[in-house]
Amino acid sequence: MAEVRIELIEKRIGQKTILPPLTLTVHDGEFFVLVGPSGCGKSTLLSLLAGLDQPTAGRILFDGVDVTDLEPRERDVALVFQSYALYPHMTVRENMAFPLTVVPRAKRLDRKRIEEEVERVAGFLGLSALLDRRPRELSGGQRQRVALGRALIRKPRLFLLDEPLSNLDAQLRASMRAELLRLHKELKVTTIYVTHDQTEAMTLGDRLVVLNQGRVQQIGRPHDIYAAPANLFVAGFMGYPPMNLLSARLGADSIRAGPLDLTRPPGMPPVDQAQSVTVGLRPEDLVVRPANGPGDEGNGLGVVRLTEPSGPTLWVTVELNDLNNEAFTIIGTAQAGFVPKIGERVAVSAPRTTLHLFDPTTEQRWGAG
Amino acid sequence: MGRHDDQGRFMMNRLRTRGLTVCVLVVVGLFCLGPVLWQAVTSVKPDQDLVRLPPLFPERVTSVHYDRVLLKSSLPRSLANSMIVATSATVTAIVVGAFCAFALARLPITGKSVILGVALVTSMFPPIAVISPLYLLMRELGLRDTLVAVGLTHAVYSLPLAVWLLTSFFQQLPKELYQAARIDGCTPLQALLTVIFPLARPGLAVAALLVFIFSWNEFMFALTLTASDATRTAPVAVALFPGLYEIPWGDLAAASLVVTLPVAGLALGFQRHIIAGLTAGSVKG
Repeated sequence: MAEVRIELIEKRIGQKTILPPLTLTVHDGEFFVLVGPSGCGKSTLLSLLAGLDQPTAGRILFDGVDVTDLEPRERDVALVFQSYALYPHMTVRENMAFPLTVVPRAKRLDRKRIEEEVERVAGFLGLSALLDRRPRELSGGQRQRVALGRALIRKPRLFLLDEPLSNLDAQLRASMRAELLRLHKELKVTTIYVTHDQTEAMTLGDRLVVLNQGRVQQIGRPHDIYAAPANLFVAGFMGYPPMNLLSARLGADSIRAGPLDLTRPPGMPPVDQAQSVTVGLRPEDLVVRPANGPGDEGNGLGVVRLTEPSGPTLWVTVELNDLNNEAFTIIGTAQAGFVPKIGERVAVSAPRTTLHLFDPTTEQRWGAG
Repeated sequence: MGRHDDQGRFMMNRLRTRGLTVCVLVVVGLFCLGPVLWQAVTSVKPDQDLVRLPPLFPERVTSVHYDRVLLKSSLPRSLANSMIVATSATVTAIVVGAFCAFALARLPITGKSVILGVALVTSMFPPIAVISPLYLLMRELGLRDTLVAVGLTHAVYSLPLAVWLLTSFFQQLPKELYQAARIDGCTPLQALLTVIFPLARPGLAVAALLVFIFSWNEFMFALTLTASDATRTAPVAVALFPGLYEIPWGDLAAASLVVTLPVAGLALGFQRHIIAGLTAGSVKG
């Protein structure tokens, strides 16, 4: 277990910047998620933490001790690869015992102790019956478990996971997520989890950092990031369906976002003159109702383009036209009991005042600083 | 009706193609294996039948030539020499080559392609171009007329081949396996011995086989660097069979077959692996 501090870490290859200077602290025992689109530098960061790659500049500290120049084996970190990287020529037992058998003889456990450890971890992960199989005889979920077991067996200070669930089918992914959380609760090892899937990031992390092109966009607890995204990138990336982002004019007492008239949130500082802003509206904050119902005035009227049933909610993609006949496409939630058909005319309103304002030039959250 | 015709024509074409293929194969086969067959026939003919034609095939079969080369000549000694030279050359080339290849495939080294290029260029040198300096070098080292000289030369000469083959083989192993081994606590050497080499066994076997066959068949270096029966390898011994006044055709044929048999057997036995090894990369292991 360790606190991990990354100080101005940077990676360049020749003239090409892979990772611009980055500073980050992961607390002891935390489940920390790095999330971002592919190519945002999260896997590079993980390699640097594991010691598989050397940074061009900057320092990495575990519990205040500089480990930047240490070999992977001296750092005592475990890494679960996206491809699992199980040793194909070894049985499950040998795979899991491997980290214990390659330590220098003076520090190595005796054979019986290693065997006991393997049995213990295998029992813990439900692998006891598979110990004598080879990786190619296992299903994806089982391989994943073996990879976890191999990483956990020597109780590392830091546990790194590189998109470990992306090769599994959706159902297995959900149950493995629960399993990972259980493991983390029991072992309390500092865990850094890399993913491009924002759902995973939201459900797993104690805290998460959103990265884009190697730059930190926002760090915080999942709920805080969801409730108050720091900039347009985070707003568009976190949450499914993605937040609707509309350019709007901010008046003295109203917000006009294309075809929608929105109420000013209470407590918002007054503005002197009309300002252009970008308004972000989560799909769950927009209600889609049949058109010509009561209270249509001031609400956007539009045509249904797509419906996506998702359990209790029905996401509706609506195309709206504003006064200048400019088309807007937004996603909202169907009113309870209303099942719109494609092509149907509907009304869209934002009854609640949970809206997000962004400065269209700096792309930062409006009024944030 | 037209369809029937088409089908008939199609069948005819197929037959014609098939026939042509068989013809070509037979011609090529005869061209390549004819001399070997001729030699096999020669090796069992009695001396007096050797220079007569007909008969094409012997009326009497004799083992006198085999008796002579295996029991009364220095060929057994030469075969043993060949075995020692080829084995040691193979072991040296594969051990050194595997470490080189792994470094080139996985370790952060600048100028990898330059190194590989230079290795390729050296393997392109015609042996005759290096033979005089090599002879002088071995003489100065006091290694002239020793098996060490021949084995070492063969190892050095086949090293580029081994390095190239093994580099591409190591590159095909997923990078993550090496990284996983490093994370699990291996030193680079441990990772190499416990994970990479076991997985690269097919590649190592193919490289070893090719080096062995090269060394077994190699003639010019072996001829130049040896001077006595004690150190001659089999190809050299066979070449020195002809006496001063006569050429013992029967003995020569028997000796040639005896020398060819081990490598031919190896090549046939491992044919599938050799081809798989040489084309590896197109197929996922």
